[in-house]
Amino acid sequence: MKVVIQQSDFDVAREMAEIRKSHPEIGAMVNFVGLVRDFGEAGRVREMMLEHYPGMTERCLEALLVEANERWKIVDATVVHRVGSLLPGDQIVLVLVASHHRKEAFRAAEFLMDRLKTEAPFWKKEHTVEGWRWVDAKASDEAASSEWM
Amino acid sequence: MKIRYFARLREAFGESEEIKLTAETEVSEVAALLKERGGQWLDELSRPYRVAINGKMAAMDAKVSDSDELAIFPPVTGG
Repeated sequence: MKVVIQQSDFDVAREMAEIRKSHPEIGAMVNFVGLVRDFGEAGRVREMMLEHYPGMTERCLEALLVEANERWKIVDATVVHRVGSLLPGDQIVLVLVASHHRKEAFRAAEFLMDRLKTEAPFWKKEHTVEGWRWVDAKASDEAASSEWM
Repeated sequence: MKIRYFARLREAFGESEEIKLTAETEVSEVAALLKERGGQWLDELSRPYRVAINGKMAAMDAKVSDSDELAIFPPVTGG
C-alpha cells in the first residue's frame, strides 16, 4: 500500500506496473484519475492551487487504505495526490486498487475516492477571470461519502 | 496550545498561533473565544469549518489541552 503527496505529475502505467510485478496473484486492477477541469462554478478555470495539511493528509489516506483492505480484501493499492499549481487537463489524483477479482477493486476504488473527497485535508483554489477563489465543498460529495458508512 | 489554520482561514488568520490553555477545554469553547475577537474572526467562523486535533478529524465537543495541536479549516475539497 502506498500513499504519495507530490507536486510533480505521476505516470499511471508505471504505478500499475510496479504493483503488477510484485503480486502475481492479482486478477484485476482498477484505476481512477481525477483531472483539473477547465470550467468551475465561477466560469473558466485558468489555474488551480492545491493546499494540504502535511502529515494529517498522509495519515488520513493510509487509514482509508486500511479500511478498504478490511472491507474488500484488496491485494495492493496506491494513492497519489498532487499539490501546488495545476493547469486544466492536469492529473490531480490517482487511486489504483489491485485485487483477486474485479468487484473488490471497483468497490474499493469508488470507496477510496468518495471518502478522500470529504475526509482528506486538501483545499482547492481556482483562478478564473474574476480572480482567485476557494472552491466550496459540495453537498453531493458529502452524500456519496456517507453512503459508505 | 498551537492552532493551525488552512486554506481560506490561513489567508484570513495567518498560518498558526499559540494560545494558553490552563485546563482541558472543549473545541467549541476555543472557537467561541476566537469569534469574540470580532471582525473577520466572527465572519469566517460563522461559515462552515472543520477541526482536527493532533492531525485527526474531531468533533466540536472534543477536548483539547495545552500540549495539543488544533487545526481549523474549511470543509475539504480535494480529489
